Amino acid sequence: MNRESLRILLPVVSLAVLLGAVFYLQPRAMSYFGLNLLFNLAIPVALATVAQMMVIMVNDIDLSIGTFVSFCACVTATFVNETPLLGYSILAVSIVAYAALGALIHYRNLPAIVVTLGMSFVWGGLAVLILPSPGGASPQWLQSLMSVKPPLLPVAIIAPVVIGFLTHILIMRSSFGVLLRGVGGNDRTVSRAGWSVLKLKASAYGLAGLFGVLSGMALIGLTTSADANIALRYTLLSVAGVILGGGEFTGGRISPIGAVIGALTLTLAASFLSFLRLSPDWQIGSQGAILILVLAVRLVFSRKEQVA
Amino acid sequence: MKFQSMMLGALTSVALFTPQMGIADTSDKTIALSNNYAGNSWRQAMLDGWESNAEQAVTAGIIKAADAFTTSENQATEQAAQIQNLILQGYDAIVVNAASPTAINGAVKTACDAGIKVISFDGIVTEPCAWRIAVDFKQMGRNQIKYLAERYPDGGNLLEVRGLAGVFVDDEIHAGIEEAVKGTNFKIVGSVHGDWAQDVAQKVVAGVLPSLPEITAVVTQGGDGYGAAQAIAATDRNMPTIIMGNRQDELKWWSEQKAENGYETISASIAPGVSTLAFWVAQQVLDGQDVPKDLVVPFLEINSDTLDAFLAETPEGSVANVVYTLEDAKKAIASAQGG
Repeated sequence: MNRESLRILLPVVSLAVLLGAVFYLQPRAMSYFGLNLLFNLAIPVALATVAQMMVIMVNDIDLSIGTFVSFCACVTATFVNETPLLGYSILAVSIVAYAALGALIHYRNLPAIVVTLGMSFVWGGLAVLILPSPGGASPQWLQSLMSVKPPLLPVAIIAPVVIGFLTHILIMRSSFGVLLRGVGGNDRTVSRAGWSVLKLKASAYGLAGLFGVLSGMALIGLTTSADANIALRYTLLSVAGVILGGGEFTGGRISPIGAVIGALTLTLAASFLSFLRLSPDWQIGSQGAILILVLAVRLVFSRKEQVA
Repeated sequence: MKFQSMMLGALTSVALFTPQMGIADTSDKTIALSNNYAGNSWRQAMLDGWESNAEQAVTAGIIKAADAFTTSENQATEQAAQIQNLILQGYDAIVVNAASPTAINGAVKTACDAGIKVISFDGIVTEPCAWRIAVDFKQMGRNQIKYLAERYPDGGNLLEVRGLAGVFVDDEIHAGIEEAVKGTNFKIVGSVHGDWAQDVAQKVVAGVLPSLPEITAVVTQGGDGYGAAQAIAATDRNMPTIIMGNRQDELKWWSEQKAENGYETISASIAPGVSTLAFWVAQQVLDGQDVPKDLVVPFLEINSDTLDAFLAETPEGSVANVVYTLEDAKKAIASAQGG
């Protein structure tokens, strides 16, 4: 078993254990309808987690992804719905803005944590400007797409599989992906080998922006209507998802499939605690405890790996 | 034997054939409360009211279960997930105090499609398939002027203490006051933002007082009457009629003034017990009654006669409360049907 598959083993096992526990507590969840209800809100979380992963891959961290997804959600529920051309242009421009931020962070050697924290207020402000009071409506095609009922497996299972598979191909199997991870591993080597780190970092941020946009759109497809504060929680959820999924903050060591599974695990953990009828006062703490438990197990594994 | 099979048949078709049977109809139904926030005294009182009321209803056999769920964080995405979990848990009705009027619409729609009745109150949802028990904040503003116009037919100067700037509730109450003032002899001579907090209200009222003429009355939004009274008491002005908002400190001050010099005013606000109203509306919906989709929360008004009774029941630092009954719910439904 190579390192990569070992990295993915733990998230898979923790998801399976949680899923088993949920099925035991609530057998009704063990159905097409039940699985869809359990996991459909994990789709935007998974997309936001992949976006966060793109930034963590180049050794940075993005504290603005939650407000960015909220902003995209507001644009989707207003402009994309009413004047599609303008709406998609705004979304495209915001992806370019994300790429530009990546370039700026590299060019001026700014700490990403500060720049993205600042940007989180910009995105949040723009979201409130677009949608001062909650409202808007999802474009019809998006709503139908998110509520489509394919045979055999619900959309809530198919979508994460597709997202995980595509990003895996892009990041782990393509030469472009190797370069991107190389920036996180050792950007000097990449630069000496004749590649432009500036361009690569801009691409990584651009990809983050793209997945942020997709996350906002998927969220609106599910909620059918927007609110300027709709996705604030995604910032921390996405970081937790990347780490839970076997990623690390440095060295470009990430796992796209793991990140998607991490996002599913986090969503499921909340449902699990709710099915347990745990008092809300204890829920946040317990969610944290689950996270620490999984990470502790991972630490044990990686120590053994190093010894071996 | 025949009786048993009849019962079995009745059970499977209970919703179809016997919608008007009364109390027994809902004895096998379950209701869940989906609440987005529990971090202040109003919400705590709301949850307590729900639980004690639910306990009684379950003991009386009116309902099978009525459980309360609060999200650990006040976020729409989390509440949407919570509602989806409640659908899975198979509740017959979900009563919602929503984190966002729109962002949980998708989950609410899913619940409706699964045949679950969704009743939103206080924090209402816009999804058409849900019931809404909304607060008419504009009316809250109009009522204040109505009372004052009866007491002072000749009119006079008003000081308006508003809430937190930019919040929907503040705009609505203010609009109601402005609208009602137009038809009277009253004139608003000053307006300050008291942020619904006694200390803030005291500071801003004290700041604006020197620039104001004689004031007949102070219109407020709740949580600010006591502060305004303190600020005015510190000057040599006559105490105007200050409308109160059911907070314990306001009621206590009013009661002291009443004992001392026969001070008269009114006090009104939304009682946290509105959760129990939502409970009974949900029960009525499950019972198959024809309930209009839009209902209005009644205000809890306190006057000189009821002041002492409410003050005695209200804990320090809290707000006057009332637990609604099935009769109150029926009344609210009837008035919505009439309008």
